[in-house]
Amino acid sequence: MTASVAMHLSDGVLDASTSVLFGAVAVAWLAVAAARGRIDVDDRTAPLAGLLAAFLFAMQLLNFPVLPGVSGHLYGGALAAILLGPWVGALCLSVVVVIQALLFADGGLTALGANMTNMALLGTAVGFAVALAARGLARRSRAGLLAVAFLAGLVSTVAASAGFVVEYAIGGQADVSLGGLAGVVIGVHAVIGIGEGVITALAVGAIVRVRPDLIYLVRTSETRELVAA
Amino acid sequence: MSGGVLYRPGDSPVHRIPPQVKLLAAFAAVLGVVATPREAFWAFGIDLFVVLAVWSVAGVPVGWFARRAVIEAPFVLLAVVLPFVSGGPRVDVLGVAVSQDGLLAGWNILAKGTLGVLIALTLAATTQPRDLVLGLQRLRAPAWFVTIATLMLRYVDVIAGELRRTRIARISRGDDPRFLWQAGAVARGAGTLFLRSYERGERVHRAMLARGWAGHMPAGPAAPVGALRWVAGGSPALVIATAWAVAAWPV
Repeated sequence: MTASVAMHLSDGVLDASTSVLFGAVAVAWLAVAAARGRIDVDDRTAPLAGLLAAFLFAMQLLNFPVLPGVSGHLYGGALAAILLGPWVGALCLSVVVVIQALLFADGGLTALGANMTNMALLGTAVGFAVALAARGLARRSRAGLLAVAFLAGLVSTVAASAGFVVEYAIGGQADVSLGGLAGVVIGVHAVIGIGEGVITALAVGAIVRVRPDLIYLVRTSETRELVAA
Repeated sequence: MSGGVLYRPGDSPVHRIPPQVKLLAAFAAVLGVVATPREAFWAFGIDLFVVLAVWSVAGVPVGWFARRAVIEAPFVLLAVVLPFVSGGPRVDVLGVAVSQDGLLAGWNILAKGTLGVLIALTLAATTQPRDLVLGLQRLRAPAWFVTIATLMLRYVDVIAGELRRTRIARISRGDDPRFLWQAGAVARGAGTLFLRSYERGERVHRAMLARGWAGHMPAGPAAPVGALRWVAGGSPALVIATAWAVAAWPV
């Protein structure tokens, strides 16, 4: 949860070469994700991913008031990773980030690569890595799954903000103390991440009660085949 | 999608430029702005003039852009803070010693961020969402991207509407969560919405198969874009790129 625009980098924060560099990082990462997500092979994956991207988009579109003057919305990196897996989740979120930049000018066009790297790629990858590391706990009980989802939501939000700190260290415009910047940015996002973690956990909890077979993280390879068939 | 979209219907020359030309021109223009050295104040003046000229051709009022440009507000905050926290030699501004480098960095974010958001808003205001995706498709975006983006734009209103209706249904049954307690309702609603979206996705896929879906979005016939239209559509970006080249030229 965050003020609706805080995480989208605008133009001019990073210099041109860094912007281009992270554009290339995002494109390369997406190419790997598309191949590993087998999105071009299975004619069913892409349409389904389209609907789930619409779901993530709708969740980001609707703000709800947290405090007077502060509204928040889900960012969904860990949620996408847990529900859809790290590859398809990254593809869905990257489409969301690109369309937000083109349709709403949300995030700069030159910062698009950096924004995709932070939110669509780093967020889902780190969120999934955390969830995968604790998958044993997630499979054991409902409380375990909720704890893992909370942790993944928290860590993925912090990871996305840490991505910004790294980008600023490479191509930022002023010589501010990086330690101070990292402290502020990561500190703020740790608080935001608690909200993200709570929502992620409760959402996963609601889904696991009805259709546990749809949750990528806890699906076994057999049920995954079954669902794909 | 229709709700919340920035597109302003119109029939100006800017509206009629093929979307792939507009997309490339917008990206090139913003990259030109960002690459311009921050001390070249005159170059940003030229850039702003170019943007204003495009608006007058497109027939979109300046006030409309000003209201929507507040989206970059969080980074304006960064621009304001930088002069005070940056290192390096200090200069006096209105009797307050601030970092010279920080001042320039703040100006840099403010100028480039504002121009960037104005250029992106110009693209959004004059191009239909589905044309944006069509433009990306003609620029050889991967098939999966085009499929996901097309279906996302087509269904985001449906799903956001569903979210809104469940919220109203919840509230009309006496639920009135406030402050942090609404996280539970929001999250359980999100879970339900995910299931509905997933099942809708399965139904949509079957309907697509019944209509001959073969794994990629049909692009439809695209009229070839003549050199003249490329030049016309790319001219604002060209001016901005020229300003950058002159400003960055090693003297």
